[in-house]
Amino acid sequence: MNRVLEPLRARPLLAFALLAALLAALPFLVGAGLGNSWVRVLDFALLYVLLAIGLNIVVGYAGLLDLGYIAFYALGAYLYAWLASPHFGLHLPFWAVLPIGAAFAGLFGVLLGAPTLRLRGDYLAIVTLGFGEIIRIFMNNLNAPFNLTNGPQGMNLIDPVKLGGLSFGKTLHFHGLTLPSTYLYYYLFLAFTLLAMFVALRLRDSRIGRAWAAIREDEIAAAAMGINTRDMKLLAFAMGATFGGLAGGLFAAFQGFISPESFTLWESILVLCMIVLGGMGNIPGVILGAVLLTVIPEALRYIGDLQRATLGHVVVDPSDLRMLLFGTALVAMMLFRPAGLLPSRQRKREFAAEDGVAAQEQSSLYDTKA
Amino acid sequence: MTLLSVENITKRFGGLAALEEVSLSVQAGEIYGLIGPNGAGKTTLFNCMTGLYTATSGVVRLEDVEVQALKPHQIVKRGFARTFQNIRLFANMSALENVMVGRHARTHASVIGAVLRCRKTRAEEAGIRERAQELLRYVGLANKSRSLASHLSYGDQRRLEIARALATEPRLLALDEPVAGMNPNERGRMGELFRKLREGGVTLLLIEHDVKLVMGLCDRVAVLDYGRKIAEGRAEEVRNDPAVIAAYLGGEA
Repeated sequence: MNRVLEPLRARPLLAFALLAALLAALPFLVGAGLGNSWVRVLDFALLYVLLAIGLNIVVGYAGLLDLGYIAFYALGAYLYAWLASPHFGLHLPFWAVLPIGAAFAGLFGVLLGAPTLRLRGDYLAIVTLGFGEIIRIFMNNLNAPFNLTNGPQGMNLIDPVKLGGLSFGKTLHFHGLTLPSTYLYYYLFLAFTLLAMFVALRLRDSRIGRAWAAIREDEIAAAAMGINTRDMKLLAFAMGATFGGLAGGLFAAFQGFISPESFTLWESILVLCMIVLGGMGNIPGVILGAVLLTVIPEALRYIGDLQRATLGHVVVDPSDLRMLLFGTALVAMMLFRPAGLLPSRQRKREFAAEDGVAAQEQSSLYDTKA
Repeated sequence: MTLLSVENITKRFGGLAALEEVSLSVQAGEIYGLIGPNGAGKTTLFNCMTGLYTATSGVVRLEDVEVQALKPHQIVKRGFARTFQNIRLFANMSALENVMVGRHARTHASVIGAVLRCRKTRAEEAGIRERAQELLRYVGLANKSRSLASHLSYGDQRRLEIARALATEPRLLALDEPVAGMNPNERGRMGELFRKLREGGVTLLLIEHDVKLVMGLCDRVAVLDYGRKIAEGRAEEVRNDPAVIAAYLGGEA
C-alpha cells in the first residue's frame, strides 16, 4: 500500500490529476462493470456525503449532538418541490430554487438552535430528535385544511435540474457519448460535494473553526476567551442545516418524487453513523463513512440472489442481514477504532486512553467533563 | 485611576449568601491580591466580575462602564481576562492552538472571509499565529508550542493559561490561584512573570493562598471571609489586622 502511496505523496499534482480522472471516469466504470443501477447508488452516496459533511459541522466541529438533522434535508426537498413542481404550478429554475431551499433550511437551523443553546449532550440530542420528528409529522399531515405537502402520498413530478438547454432528467447524447440521467446527476452532485468539502475544510482551519473546537472542548473557557458561544453555536447549526437543505433540494430534483417516508428518524441516525464510523471531525473520514454505509447495504442485496442460487430459496432476508452487519460493524468499531476509521488528529487524542500516573493526575485537573 | 470597581456585590445561591455586600476597587497598574480561607467566596467574586455568574445585586464597573449584566465574551472584549483555579485549557489542542483561540476576541474573519481566504483573512491568520508564538515565548513556553496542552507539566499549564488570557489583550488580568501546587522555585519564577506583566502595562488581580507571595508581590490586598470583606489595604497593614489573623488562625478577634 505504502509503495503505491508514497510516490503520490511526493507528487501532489500527479495524485490530484489521478484522483480527478478517477472521479470523472467513475460512473462509466461503475456503469460498465455493475450496471446503471449502481450509478444511481453512486449518486445517492454523493448525496449522503453532502449530508454527512453538513452534519459534521454541527457534531464533529462544534460538538453539538443533532439527532434530527434529516429535518433540514426534508425542508430543502419540500421547498424545492413547492417551487418547482405542478403542486403549486410554480416552475422556478433550479439555480434559484436551490439557494432558496438552502437558506430556508439554514433559517430553520437557527430556529432550532436558538431554544436549545443552553442544552448540552443528551438533552440537546432529545430536543433535536423531537424537532426531526415534528417536521416529518407536519409533512405527513399538512394536506388539510390547505394542501401544502400532499400528506403521506408525497409530491410528484418535481422538475429535474435544467441548466440552459440541458435537462438532467434525460439522457444526453454528446459527440457519440451517451450520458444517462444518473451520470449527469453524478457530475452535478460531485460538483456540490467538492464545494461543500472545500467550504468545510476552509472553515475548520479558520478563526471560526477554532472557536467551534474551543466550544467543543470547554464551553466556559471558550466564553472566557471572548468567543460568543451563542452566535458560534447558532452559526454551526445554520451552516449544517444549509448543507442539509442543499442536499434535500438535489434529492427532490433527482428523484422527482418526495414523501415524508424519506425523512424518518432512521435517516438521521444513518447520517450520524456515517460520521461516527468514518471519523468525526475529519472530512476524508466522513466521506469514507458515507460511501461505505450507502454502498455496503446495496451490495448485500446480492446475498439474496446468492442464497437463491445455492440453496434454492432465501434463508436469511438480506435486509435483516443488513441491520445485523450494521450493528456488528459499529460495535467492532467502538472496540477497535473508537475514534472512527479515519479520525481527525484532534479527535484521536480525545479518544486516546491516557496512561501513566502523570497523565491521569493532569486529566483530573480538568473539569471539562462537568 | 480606578480600573475596576466592585460595589456592594451580593451573590446568593438559594438561601446561602456566598458574597455579601463586597466592595473593592483596583487601580490601573497595581497588583491587587484577594485572599481568604477556603470557601470565603473569592472565586465566586471572580465569577461575578467576569460574567460567569450574575450577581444577585451590586455593580461592577470597568472604567466607569457597568459590566455586571454583560456576558463573559463581552467583558473579555472590554479588556478583562481571567484564568481558572482548576485549569481550563483546551486539553486536546496544542499550546499554540490554545493561545490562537485567545486571539478570537481581537480578530474579525467571518464565514465568507474564512471560506474565500482573501488577502485580509490570510494576513489576519498569520498575525494570529505570530502573536501566539510571541506570547508563548513571553511566558517561557517557546519550545512547547506544538505540545498538547494536556501533556504539559502542571506549571507549564498554568503559564499557558496566562498566555492564552494575554492573547485577548487584557488591561486587567484576573488570576485564580496561579501558583497553587507549585514548589517555591516555580512560585518565584511565576512571581517574576507577574512583575514583568505589570511592567508591560497589565493590571493584575490575583487570588492566592500563599501569604508570603501575596505580601511580597501585591500593592494592596483584600481579605474575604464567609463572603464578607474583612480587611483591605497595603499588605503589611492587612497582615497585622486582628480580624485577618482570627480568620486565618481561628479564635476570637
